[in-house]
Amino acid sequence: MSLVFAGIASHAPGITGRAHLADPKVVHEFHGAFRAMGERLAAARPDALIVVAAEHFANFFMNNMPSFAVGMAERYQGPIEDPEWLGIARTAVPGNAALSLRLIREMMQSVDLAYAQEWQFDHGVMVPLHFLTPRYDLPIIPMNINCQGPPLAPLHRAWAFGEALRRAADSVPERIAVVGTGGISHWPATPDSGKINEAWDREFLERWQSNDRQAMLSYTDEATYRDAGQGGFEIRTFVAVAAAAQGRGTLHHFRPIPMFAVGCTIADMSIGA
Amino acid sequence: MSLYQVQKFLFDINRERGVQQEYREDLPGLLDRYELTAEERGAIAAGDIGLIYVLGANGQLLMHYAAFLGMPWAQYIAAMRAGVSKYGPVRAGLYHMTTAMHEKVAGV
Repeated sequence: MSLVFAGIASHAPGITGRAHLADPKVVHEFHGAFRAMGERLAAARPDALIVVAAEHFANFFMNNMPSFAVGMAERYQGPIEDPEWLGIARTAVPGNAALSLRLIREMMQSVDLAYAQEWQFDHGVMVPLHFLTPRYDLPIIPMNINCQGPPLAPLHRAWAFGEALRRAADSVPERIAVVGTGGISHWPATPDSGKINEAWDREFLERWQSNDRQAMLSYTDEATYRDAGQGGFEIRTFVAVAAAAQGRGTLHHFRPIPMFAVGCTIADMSIGA
Repeated sequence: MSLYQVQKFLFDINRERGVQQEYREDLPGLLDRYELTAEERGAIAAGDIGLIYVLGANGQLLMHYAAFLGMPWAQYIAAMRAGVSKYGPVRAGLYHMTTAMHEKVAGV
């Protein structure tokens, strides 16, 4: 069929794990926006959801770190973290190995991937699924871009990954949705946790909404690290979704929530030709 | 310094229940499997989150180890600040502290 839905969302563990420590009104508004995205996703009637994530050493480590990886299993588990710490119960999440295989084969025509027949979801996948598919009844195809362990693939390679994802989605009969998860500027898991460069975030989101490829790819890792922290490297997932959707974005929610350590973002993108 | 080995230890203990069990039952034996400096080994043996942070451990690994040690979020943040105060700036990696010691950007 084709790509039928594209969006981006935050995934910080505090969104669920530290929700009780933030302003309830602000949390309610953000969680509501997250669930509303789930309703738009469901309305697109996808057969599978690709989650483009930036995992945090749950499955991949510096002994053998893939720049890009795609899950190819019938079933996944998560969260790998302490469920009490994350505020999400451990559960099985359905996959679709045969669909993964077809997607991978097509993507490999233009990008090099690792595949994984085992994959434990960390908060980067589980937090979005908690809101988007809370019954865990939609097959998930996890895809990962290394945003943690440098050297990192350059942004233009994340764009190429997104283009390959789109070509693969268009090549299968199933209706495919894609959601990229990550932070924009943030300094998570440091004493600076909660620091957010809102101006930088809004500028990035402008570039993302207008799908300005050149502007999105113009960030250097050095500048991103300086202005947006090590968490800013996760823009790769959002860039990949823009490349896949080839449309224009609509920002539904953005608000810095320091207790969640990130500017909490929910946005969709139209599917371009 | 063997930051990679410190992080490998953190990766293993975060993921593997068997390693967590070994940590509780035979910590010296567990640590023998990693090529650690005396300072790194001492930091892990003491559960000194502040020093492990200063040594350069990736926060995405360290925060789960802190949770494993029973540290609530605010205590984890405080332990990293205390580490910088006691041992000096972060020596390696990407997880440097960029705020002033008195800044508590998320209120903790």
